[in-house]
Amino acid sequence: MLRLPPFEYHAATSAEEAVSLLARFGPDALPVSGGTDLYANMKQRLFTPKVLVGLRPIADLQFIAYNAVTGLALGALATLTDIADSPVVRKYYPALAQAAALISTPQLRNTGTIGGNICLDTRCNYYNQNLDWRKALNYCMKKDGDICRVAPGSPKCVAVNSSDTAPVLQAFGARVHLTSPTGTRELPIAEFFLDDGMFAWARRHDEIVTKIVIPPPAGDTRSAYRKLRLRNSFDFPILGVAAVVQLDGAGKCVAAKLVLNAVSSRPVEVSEAARALVGSALSPETIGDAADAAFRAGRPLDNTSATIPYRKRMVRVFAQRALEDAARAVPLAD
Amino acid sequence: MSIAPAKILASLSINGSVVECAFNPNKTLLEVLREDVGLTGTKHGCEMGHCGACTVIVDDLPVLSCLTLAVESIGHEIRTIEGVARDGVLHPVQRALAESGGAQCGYCTPGIIMSAVALLEQNPAPTREDVAQGLSGNLCRCTGYTKIIEAVENASAELRSAR
Ligand SMILES: Cc1cc2nc3c(=O)[nH]c(=O)nc-3n(C[C@H](O)[C@H](O)[C@H](O)COP(=O)(O)OP(=O)(O)OC[C@H]3O[C@@H](n4cnc5c(N)ncnc54)[C@H](O)[C@@H]3O)c2cc1C
Ligand code: SF4
Ligand code: FES
Ligand code: FES
Repeated sequence: MLRLPPFEYHAATSAEEAVSLLARFGPDALPVSGGTDLYANMKQRLFTPKVLVGLRPIADLQFIAYNAVTGLALGALATLTDIADSPVVRKYYPALAQAAALISTPQLRNTGTIGGNICLDTRCNYYNQNLDWRKALNYCMKKDGDICRVAPGSPKCVAVNSSDTAPVLQAFGARVHLTSPTGTRELPIAEFFLDDGMFAWARRHDEIVTKIVIPPPAGDTRSAYRKLRLRNSFDFPILGVAAVVQLDGAGKCVAAKLVLNAVSSRPVEVSEAARALVGSALSPETIGDAADAAFRAGRPLDNTSATIPYRKRMVRVFAQRALEDAARAVPLAD
Repeated sequence: MSIAPAKILASLSINGSVVECAFNPNKTLLEVLREDVGLTGTKHGCEMGHCGACTVIVDDLPVLSCLTLAVESIGHEIRTIEGVARDGVLHPVQRALAESGGAQCGYCTPGIIMSAVALLEQNPAPTREDVAQGLSGNLCRCTGYTKIIEAVENASAELRSAR
């Protein structure tokens, strides 16, 4: 059996209790929600926390609430199944429902949470391996070693952000709410993700994510998510593309966001693509220009499955498909 | 140096019975079922979330027992493959799998059955696509899936006609 290392387990029943436990035990303690990422990583000895603070019993953080003025609020413990099936998410934020439904497998979506999904550890072929494998190679910088095996001269780790919801949440302009023993704060999700695979989130060890809030869709907003992976189940994305566009009454694009994931340690927002789209109707030409911009911005490295040239070429293809899906999406009837 | 954390004494609700057991906090539900409770019908495959062999039903939802702690399962209704047949009578999903040749080596079968039973409870009239989606978290290296999907469709028809 592939066993978990020993730890003490403390179940928290409120966010306040969770963060006071995290503060009491210091950096040796980690929060855990569904455990679908953390337990697998602990089995590979990527983490050996002395204490786990279980967030699952916190009933207050399991909600999904929509309001036309304040938008969508997702409790950190809402499961991926809840989000994929939620009528308000499907109606107002279809790309988010699509992304949640494409994650892993039904069993994992029943357990995995949105809070855990945005805090998903960054991934790399040299890192997501068992202890013997990593030891045989004398480890890598992200865990127990000195150099990056993918980019040996790099001062930072380039492991990829592999969350399917992260690029979608960023394209929708979501804000992340955090609680710590000293209070609460919120920040745009784009600032929550940092550009180093070893320190990929602006989260202090005694903070937890409590909710994620997305503004209500403005006017005729349409969205779509496309995911590239080797198998149509189980697999993490080797590319994710989220597209959100807003059209005016005449069909002209007035706002656009295109965000890539699994090509870098944090989601990559392609602002040049937005410039190619805004100001005219969505057409094969403007979508093609935006997809070219995505192709230039997506720079995959050799740390996931499939080759770099293939993944790079697919950035254009998947950006185009995501934008076509969004253009074709049924407008919201109010 | 460090002392191993104390064992937890707990009652788990498994297949409708209360089972008293003692386990360390780092034990998964899979390990406790197989090693402490003696229910070895739930299989261990990858133990990393990659195969679905360890699927059990917790509070009506299929989940992976290899990535769930036993301590997290206290207070929840756990169902395993041992609880699927009633009074010696196979569940229609089990019978259909046997009749259609949906089990070859059989290692994936308990997990497949748990996913299928949960699917049919939630959605009594699934389309073929719904069945494929419902089973998309269970790997089978033998059958090629076709017979399994047919078996679940047959079981769903049988369950509906029995209503
Ligand atoms: C086989 C397999 C395939 C997968 N495929 C995908 C995939 O395709 N796409 C994808 O996006 N994910 C995938 N996952 C990863 C995972 O299942 C999901 O990302 C899931 O949403 C993680 O949520 P969780 O609640 O289980 O997180 P956990 O494992 O509980 O936590 C993950 C991390 O976040 C921290 N954390 C958890 N909750 C909080 C919180 N509220 N505040 C602060 N920190 C927190 C934990 O300390 C840990 O570091 C896969 C996993 C497996 C095993
Ligand atoms: S990108 Fe480099 S440092 Fe980061 S996990 Fe991979 S090999 Fe290790
Ligand atoms: S043993 Fe649990 S998914 Fe493979
Ligand atoms: S019957 Fe052998 S793995 Fe499915």
